[in-house]
Amino acid sequence: MAKVLVYIDTPGENLHKTDRELLTLAATLGEPAVALVGELGDQVAAELGAYGVGAVYQPSNAGLDELLVAGKAAFLAAAAEAADAGAVLLGNTFEAKEIAARAGIRLSSGVITDAVAVDESFAVTKAVFAGSYTVNASVTTGRPIITVKANSVEAAAPQGGTAPAVHPVDVAAPAAARITGRSEKAPSGRPSLDEARIVVAGGRGVDGDFGPLEDLADALGGAVGASRAATDAGWIDHSAQIGQTGKTVSPQLYVSAGISGAIQQKAGMQTAKIIVAINKDPDAPVFEIADFGIVGDLTSVLPQATEEIRKRRT
Amino acid sequence: MDETTPALRIAVLVKHVPDTQFDRHLNGDDRTTDRSESILSELDEYALEAALQLVEAHGGDGAGHRVTAVTMGGAGAVNAVKKSLQIGAHEGVHLTDDALAGSDASGTSRALAAVIRHLGDVDLVLTGMASTDGETSLVPAQLAELLELPQVTFASSLELRHDGGAWHLTARRESDNVAETVESTLPAIVSVTDQINEPRYPNFKGIMAAKKKQISVLSLADVGVDPSEVGHAGAWTRVEDAQPRPARSQGVIITDEGDAGRRLVDFLAEQKLL
Ligand SMILES: Cc1cc2nc3c(=O)[nH]c(=O)nc-3n(C[C@H](O)[C@H](O)[C@H](O)COP(=O)(O)OP(=O)(O)OC[C@H]3O[C@@H](n4cnc5c(N)ncnc54)[C@H](O)[C@@H]3O)c2cc1C
Ligand SMILES: Nc1ncnc2c1ncn2[C@@H]1O[C@H](COP(=O)(O)O)[C@@H](O)[C@H]1O
Repeated sequence: MAKVLVYIDTPGENLHKTDRELLTLAATLGEPAVALVGELGDQVAAELGAYGVGAVYQPSNAGLDELLVAGKAAFLAAAAEAADAGAVLLGNTFEAKEIAARAGIRLSSGVITDAVAVDESFAVTKAVFAGSYTVNASVTTGRPIITVKANSVEAAAPQGGTAPAVHPVDVAAPAAARITGRSEKAPSGRPSLDEARIVVAGGRGVDGDFGPLEDLADALGGAVGASRAATDAGWIDHSAQIGQTGKTVSPQLYVSAGISGAIQQKAGMQTAKIIVAINKDPDAPVFEIADFGIVGDLTSVLPQATEEIRKRRT
Repeated sequence: MDETTPALRIAVLVKHVPDTQFDRHLNGDDRTTDRSESILSELDEYALEAALQLVEAHGGDGAGHRVTAVTMGGAGAVNAVKKSLQIGAHEGVHLTDDALAGSDASGTSRALAAVIRHLGDVDLVLTGMASTDGETSLVPAQLAELLELPQVTFASSLELRHDGGAWHLTARRESDNVAETVESTLPAIVSVTDQINEPRYPNFKGIMAAKKKQISVLSLADVGVDPSEVGHAGAWTRVEDAQPRPARSQGVIITDEGDAGRRLVDFLAEQKLL
């Protein structure tokens, strides 16, 4: 069985949810192996073993992190060759897609992004044109390189296994820009937008106060998102933006509050399973795609819903 | 302004894409994009604006800088270049060839890389953060790999400075949990986000001036690309099948009569979302 190489970036103490999803998918397609940038702690090594990973490839040189994308892509390509991988899987973040893009050139291999399903022959299912088409695509040349959206696979529970063997991979540093400054943003304590099952998003109608949205998100265990109007106004960090130039999310539930539903906003959320919209204006376009719409003021509807959820839980 | 800085040559990659305001379609057996209602990709306007602002920050048009708008695509794609000339680019390049039809990201990247090499003396390649049709963001990274240039992608600010005989760039990038400062020397390839600036509109003077600007039309042979490397023949991926998704239909819409919050929770409970 061919190796299916999963790219994992700086896991920290434990694997991330998306890493576990990719490993689960890899195990259904072949023999899972891992290309890992960053430290391999004992805990992560044990977890990888429990997902059936026999081999971990790591760069033998340090400092790839400071080279914007190019270094990691060179490493991934080298690891895919060292492992003789039948396919390569990555997450679907902007950076992961770019690493895939460049590794594709290095390996003369086709790249498919935004996969929501991958079958045994590595045929990929994805949505295009902001969710208006479902497409099946496959890689015809080289080792298929596929970036997979979060929540596309249910992560299996890890079971037993032994820690994998570690193989160092030499990487020649390519021409690259250097990252010379980094400032961490304060963590919100909420699930990340990419991974969340529930997203509560606010727009210009929120008028500066995301409090009622955060309360509802916390009651539902969800993440908080926003329209560009809200991020441009500086009410919430730009990383919360959903839409054409922000994140694309496909949660189980998307609550849209005080958002009109412009085409660029819809591009990021219309593949959600259930859409709930709250807007003062009965003619807001967002109602055209809502499963449940409330013509009303979010400042009274949201707190009432949050209170009701808390009440029902006690 | 520094009087001694050399002239900059900036190539801006502009794509002709279906207007997102209309329904978009895939056509024919090969499921290629229908380009009948197409425009200059709005995300590429940010790249063009960034180029024009760099020129203005370093002595303006009088300093000899040149902004070249480059597109690859069928006959209609030249409109993306014309619009760019009206907005302020100095000259245009249109790579067009029947053999390009059906190119995937890697084919597009190979063809555009060949155009950049053909231009020769480019200091900076600027692109949008994604094309609004393919939405893959693969092309800028692949161009950097093919041209062996430093890549600075998703820049939300961009500055150039000339010292020690070379141009240096500083950019900012934002991701989920970090804001990064990135530095590089030129030549480099930079993709910009919609956070970087507010694109200008063409004005009457610009529209008139554009009529005198030159557009070079190039074929694959002109840029030294073998037709088998691009288009359907050279694609490394294939779309096997495409189904329009059923349009989302409108569900229940209620008007708040003081209990809509509770009714919302009833709905969530029915959907087993609590
Ligand atoms: C190149 C480009 C890229 C873009 N990318 C994105 C993107 O990624 N994501 C994105 O979202 N947008 C994007 N946009 C912007 C997009 O076109 C819209 O301008 C934006 O989505 C509008 O945000 P909004 O719905 O919050 O604001 P508005 O359109 O102003 O809508 C606010 C809504 O709130 C309602 N409202 C007001 N007060 C209340 C209240 N108290 N209770 C309930 N409802 C209330 C109003 O009725 C109105 O419908 C992009 C635009 C461009 C040109
Ligand atoms: N056919 C093309 N012609 C000119 N520029 C292009 C073309 N395709 C992609 N680009 C550039 O690459 C960027 C990213 O495109 P993509 O990788 O397709 O999402 C765009 O914003 C353009 O600047």
